[in-house]
Amino acid sequence: MLLLHLARKSLANRLLTSSLTALSIAFSVALLVGVENVRTGMRESFSNTVSGTDLIVGSRGGTIQLMLYSVFGMGSPVANISHETWKEWDEHPAVSWTIPYALGDSHRGFRVIGTNASFYEHYKYRGGQSIALAEGRQAEGVFDVVLGAQVAERLEYAVGERVAVTHGMSAVGFMNHDEMPFEVVGILEETFTPVDRAIYVTLEGITAIHMGWESGAPPMPGEEITADEVLAMEEVPVSQITSFFLGAESRAYTLQLQRDISTSEAEPMTAVIPGLALSEMWQGISYAEDGLRVISAFVVLVGILGMLVSIYTSLEARRREMAILRALGTGPRRIVSLLVLEAGLLSALGALMGVGLVYGGLIMLQPWLEGRFGLLVPIRMLDGVQLAYVGAVVVLGFVAGLVPAIKAYRTALHDGLSVRV
Amino acid sequence: MNNTSECIHAQRLTFAYGTGPNVLDIPDFTVHAGERVFLYGPSGSGKTTLLGLIAGVLQPEPGTLNVLGHDVGSLSSAARDRFRASHIGYVFQMFNLIPYLNVRDNIALPVRINTERRSRLNGSLDEAVAEAAAHLGIEELLDEKVTRLSVGQQQRVAAARAILGAPELIIADEPTSALDADRRHAFLELLFSNVQEAGSTLLFVSHDLGLADQFDRSLSLPDLNRAEG
Ligand SMILES: Nc1ncnc2c1ncn2[C@@H]1O[C@H](COP(=O)(O)OP(=O)(O)O)[C@@H](O)[C@H]1O
Ligand SMILES: [Mg+2]
Repeated sequence: MLLLHLARKSLANRLLTSSLTALSIAFSVALLVGVENVRTGMRESFSNTVSGTDLIVGSRGGTIQLMLYSVFGMGSPVANISHETWKEWDEHPAVSWTIPYALGDSHRGFRVIGTNASFYEHYKYRGGQSIALAEGRQAEGVFDVVLGAQVAERLEYAVGERVAVTHGMSAVGFMNHDEMPFEVVGILEETFTPVDRAIYVTLEGITAIHMGWESGAPPMPGEEITADEVLAMEEVPVSQITSFFLGAESRAYTLQLQRDISTSEAEPMTAVIPGLALSEMWQGISYAEDGLRVISAFVVLVGILGMLVSIYTSLEARRREMAILRALGTGPRRIVSLLVLEAGLLSALGALMGVGLVYGGLIMLQPWLEGRFGLLVPIRMLDGVQLAYVGAVVVLGFVAGLVPAIKAYRTALHDGLSVRV
Repeated sequence: MNNTSECIHAQRLTFAYGTGPNVLDIPDFTVHAGERVFLYGPSGSGKTTLLGLIAGVLQPEPGTLNVLGHDVGSLSSAARDRFRASHIGYVFQMFNLIPYLNVRDNIALPVRINTERRSRLNGSLDEAVAEAAAHLGIEELLDEKVTRLSVGQQQRVAAARAILGAPELIIADEPTSALDADRRHAFLELLFSNVQEAGSTLLFVSHDLGLADQFDRSLSLPDLNRAEG
């Protein structure tokens, strides 16, 4: 108790140095704990990129690849699924709904996705939020285009604008289907998911762009199909899609459906459970966060080292004080305890302030992080890992205190009572 | 053979810092209980070193130094610390006080450090501190920061701290050398009356021979010490 009293008074006496030292520890702890918070937020945002979907189905291939092209708009599918197969599963009694995706085209670097009304109704992200139109209406006609929020912003397109959609992924390809007069009919609200970076048309729209391309090469001059010809068709035939999202009548059917789809005789397909696949993918990219962790651990180390230096350099000025304590009957071991306690108190105080900084920062920045990056960093109790970090910092503080303490011990033994000041 | 009338008894006491030469080599030195002894010698003659040995901050050879019936040299380091805290009041030349404690806490400190010394207090710690402060005329200053005090006031706080709990032996290492002549005498008088009241032995060290005649006995360390200063 006496030592605690002395340590507290001594720290308070050197208020400026003490608070600066505690503050530097506080910042390092805030970084360490905050990074962990952001990481959790990132993981949760990531694993909620798509939600409410029980299965994503595509032609047989890697699950990650399927996720990448269906959900993240990256990479391209190896093969397509036939329209009939999709329809079969769409009408399967255990299936509640499906969202078809027909991929492969782009417009000025953004993906064009052919889908249907089901997309606007059933596509969910982040804990079951539905997508919504900020402006205009859903794509219904062959040449209707709905833009993801980011696409609209980047390309500065407004509803009513006519756009050209290209076949293939190149933004500057010379095979632009300029003759196809697509028109923006709606713009989606921002979701902070890859949905924002795509352009949505109907399945028929995708078919229309490919008319005349059946051989894989551009239509011969004179064989091009004009917009009017397409519009005159009674029904634009859709023969293929790339993948589809599936909602089961009941969660309980998911595994059975997955098995049935994967072993289906009709054509080779892969069905993934998006939640599982997303967390698997997160594992794959989480080494980046390990890097962040290592960096923040080093920052903590620097903070502790700063404290060590500040206590160490104060010792010379405190030799007299140590001699007085010795003369009053304080054993050298208690002098060690005093200095270790000071270091421990400083780091505990720093750790506490650091945690305070994290919560304060979160409360202030949470809305901005969500608005700007779609990153919802949750405010909740420190988890086990974070508590362990905070504990480790305090323990480290005590241990670091041993260095100046042992120096003081030596000096106290050597000086005895004769300190020349 | 603990002669109760002997407060300090040194016999063939030698001491060297580390592997250095002997600073002290004292064949025989005795201070009786209740005595007020003045020990003088030039700077560097080993006065503080001797006091450090008597107080048990430094360790003498076993059997060479007996203080208040304890063979200081055969006590463990922790036992010497306890012994010092419990039985000895110590006043330095200057800078006697812990800078971050106020006057009250500085005076109370030895009693806080040592429970035995606390048990000798009559009344509560607060009362004892107030009483000691009153004896030295610093009762007004109890809640002051020590850094605000004059040197004379600081020395009186140190003296109040030394007499708190009436330790058997009070050691003063040149406590007056930072004071001017008037204050020096006033301080000595206060110290004497308090030591007398507590019934303590006083070992007072100085290089200022002018104070010697106010003591029961005065000794020259160079005369006692055979080591080459
Ligand atoms: N901590 C120490 N380490 C090494 N030598 C010391 C130490 N303290 C004092 N000495 C030496 O011991 C001798 C006596 O010093 P000291 O006891 O302080 O003398 P005084 O108090 O009479 O001035 C001096 O030569 C001094 O240099
Ligand atoms: Mg001296």
